[in-house]
Amino acid sequence: MKLAYWMYAGPAHIGTLRIASSFKNVHGIMHAPIGDDYFNVMRSMLERERNFTPVTTSVVDRHVLSRGSQEKVVDNITRKDSEEHPDLIVLTPTCTSSILQEDLENFVERASQTTVSDVILADVNHYRVNELQAADRTLEQIIQFYIAKARKNGDLVTAKTPEPSVNILGPTTLGFHNQHDVRELRKLMADLGITINAVIPDGASVNDLKTLPQAWFNLVPYREIGPLTARYLQQEFNQPFVDITPMGVVETARCIRQIQTLLNQQGATVNYEDFIQSQTLHVSQAAWFSRSIDCQNLTGKKAVVFGDNTHAAAITKILSREMGIHVAWAGTYCKYDGDWFREQVKDFCDEVIITDDHGAIGDAIARVEPAAIFGTQMERHVGKRLDTPCGVIAAPIHIQNFPIGYKPFLGYEGSNQIVDLIYNSFTLGMEDHLLEIFGGHDTKEVIHKGISADSDLNWTSDGLAELNKIPGFVRSKVKRNTEKFARERNISHINVEVLYAAKEAVGA
Amino acid sequence: MTLAEAAPQALNFDCETGNYHTFCPISCVAWLYQKIEDSFFLVIGTKTCGYFLQNAMGVMIFAEPRYAMAELEEGDISAQLNDYNELKRLCEQIKRDRNPSVIVWIGTCTTEIIKMDLEGLAPKLEGEIGIPIVVARANGLDYAFTQGEDTVLAAMAARCPTKVVESETEERNAIQKLLNFGRKKDEIAATDTEYKDHAPLVLFGSLPDPVVTQLTLELKRQGIKVSGWLPAKRYTELPVIEEGYYVAGVNPFLSRTATTLMRRRKCKLIGAPFPIGPDGTRAWVEKICTVLGIEPQGLAEREAQIWESLEDYLQLIRGKSVFFMGDNLLEISLARFLVRCGMTVQEIGIPYMDKRYQAAELALLESTCNEMGSPLPTIMEKPDNYNQLQRIQDLQPNLVITGMAHANPLEARGISTKWSVEFTFAQIHGFSNARDVLELVTRPLRRNQALANLGWEKLVADV
Repeated sequence: MKLAYWMYAGPAHIGTLRIASSFKNVHGIMHAPIGDDYFNVMRSMLERERNFTPVTTSVVDRHVLSRGSQEKVVDNITRKDSEEHPDLIVLTPTCTSSILQEDLENFVERASQTTVSDVILADVNHYRVNELQAADRTLEQIIQFYIAKARKNGDLVTAKTPEPSVNILGPTTLGFHNQHDVRELRKLMADLGITINAVIPDGASVNDLKTLPQAWFNLVPYREIGPLTARYLQQEFNQPFVDITPMGVVETARCIRQIQTLLNQQGATVNYEDFIQSQTLHVSQAAWFSRSIDCQNLTGKKAVVFGDNTHAAAITKILSREMGIHVAWAGTYCKYDGDWFREQVKDFCDEVIITDDHGAIGDAIARVEPAAIFGTQMERHVGKRLDTPCGVIAAPIHIQNFPIGYKPFLGYEGSNQIVDLIYNSFTLGMEDHLLEIFGGHDTKEVIHKGISADSDLNWTSDGLAELNKIPGFVRSKVKRNTEKFARERNISHINVEVLYAAKEAVGA
Repeated sequence: MTLAEAAPQALNFDCETGNYHTFCPISCVAWLYQKIEDSFFLVIGTKTCGYFLQNAMGVMIFAEPRYAMAELEEGDISAQLNDYNELKRLCEQIKRDRNPSVIVWIGTCTTEIIKMDLEGLAPKLEGEIGIPIVVARANGLDYAFTQGEDTVLAAMAARCPTKVVESETEERNAIQKLLNFGRKKDEIAATDTEYKDHAPLVLFGSLPDPVVTQLTLELKRQGIKVSGWLPAKRYTELPVIEEGYYVAGVNPFLSRTATTLMRRRKCKLIGAPFPIGPDGTRAWVEKICTVLGIEPQGLAEREAQIWESLEDYLQLIRGKSVFFMGDNLLEISLARFLVRCGMTVQEIGIPYMDKRYQAAELALLESTCNEMGSPLPTIMEKPDNYNQLQRIQDLQPNLVITGMAHANPLEARGISTKWSVEFTFAQIHGFSNARDVLELVTRPLRRNQALANLGWEKLVADV
């Protein structure tokens, strides 16, 4: 048992559902009690999704507990099959079904005999893997399933496309700025003359998975979701992959050079050096920014970084290598993949912290007193408490981190966005200090703006106490309206009853 | 259902598959820890529970809440670790860090399935660490959303002092008073002479303090004294409950608490409609007056006054239809109020329908429908959201009151929605807050007015 207030990565089924709901026409069925379908709320709220989230629950209640699910799971699968006609139904175990130890595999077997859609059971164990690992595994599982199916049907497409092409593996629903990243990667590939064969799973159809092998290579932009699939495809079809995240100017160039090598090995003759040069010097503003006076002022400023592997590692490198900022420590909550992280950032920070305990991270921030924090929403709140600015660079995130405007983190436009994020965090901090030194924006006492400043009215102690219970941002309005109400009725002492009478009368 | 048809004579009850969206009942910790200021809520469950709380409670999680997860690990599930020792370790840590007056253990689906004997462990551990431990099994196997509060309050009801220890209570309160530097108690201070002579009355249901004040005042106008409130602001101030006391509920989801008060504390339950909307509030006060043998004064005028002040909002909703998908058990009361406002209710979805506890409310719904010439709606227990969406598609209601999972997709299909959970967190009880309820109900309609004639109501590709 562990005392916990906050977690960075969600439970396993969230990962599976993120994959299922990313594909087109794939339905997730959770074997779970009432209330575990909170995923639908998150999807609908955070992504402001216009369509119903294709996830339903096969409810585990008292009856299931005493008699087992029996026909229930099978019925739910066949029902969903006839209602929605999905291509694939993914039965998703939860923490509850993990300990019920029902033979879900058997239910899947039985259901798929009567359904038009394919049915699989997500191979994830709640107690062994988290959201990210489960997503990585579920994606691999679905790809394997459809590759095997195509093999059996004899319609697997293995011949390479005539022109260089790529599969982009990993962008999902509820991924941090993923939809913008995909658009930026599409543009980057178009600029490089590379055709997009498939983007998986975001917006893809499972019926297209049989054509995955025809791409020349796979691009895996995120460390957390996609690598298992890329390795599987490499093993199976000798399809190479690039797993360098194109985040920041240097890493984007490195990613493009790696792509160049892979394509040339397969007989293309591409040279991207001029492209990299012109993008770096003229299109992206990040390189110029690093030479500008603004960035000079950031030299040696202290920052800390915390997030998932992909974003925390990339941001650490950008801060240190591209901006001359002193990263006191960099950390990740991907404990299961900590060695990779340590290897990535060891030359770019003083210290590496690998933990999923938000308390330890809060303490580590307080200890080094950085000028800016780059972390998750949790670090943003630590920053608020410590009066330190924070740029959010990784999940867990909330609705603010699903901007409508175009805000990729990857590619050359991504490097521009990151410059703004970093620079704005620091200047705000700077302004704050200057204000403190010079004693704030406005040193004059604020004189009452309202007309009722000289009140002829008295508030009784109970009235005043009740007034003080009203949240600060509406209190003065309520006070004003109540006093107006009292004056109109010649009430000279405002007590709690007058307060509420006024509320009823004028809706104060 | 058209007006031409003869209206059915009685309410129509139906039941579907129970495949609906609602919050897990452990969400009650979010409002109860704020209400009971000296408590600490420990949710004994898994990452799934923690993830829900963390996300559902939004920014509150950053305010160092007095609640936490006791996150079960694989060793706990397979009983390699000893439950008692594990819980003892965590509760000692909580005692050290926060020193609460009570620790509430929230049992979850997992503790049910692995049959962790929380009720058995609690008294033993309580003796050892010296802090009361209250056990509430607020799990998703048995309950929905607000019923979580019901399980906690039912457990609290057993802890309310009896008169036998009143001297001790006095003493404890005296110390409390000292600690508060003589701060006045939050109950309305009033000399007993303002009250009529009646048997003691205790109200149950957790409400924000301003609403407690308002309802207490409302009864005071009738000369009725509220002897106590379950829950109180502090665990140490739980009300005295003696055999023969009268009790009344303020919320429709408190059946277990009502049952516990009747059966175990031998109280007399005043079965009244709930004080939601001016009609409900009046009926609630009247029923309490009647039972306590008091002639109600000036209620009709007061109700009329409130209705008058609502007229601008009523104009917006009169004649409009509303569909409750059902997720928080407030549905019957809200529907009854909206019918009185002149709306037509097409369906009342509800997770669980206790016809005995809600009897007076159901009767008021029926009579309201008859008086307003409104067809009697179907009450759909354990609804099936998929089927409901088909019905919504057919009926095209003016307003759907639903959870966040369906709200955006419905809006994109041109159907106005109001997020149901807001009704549980907003102040909706009593005469004074009737306007707040309508503020919520009319918001989508006012938004529609503001954005009228832009021509972009339906924003999905294939409808």
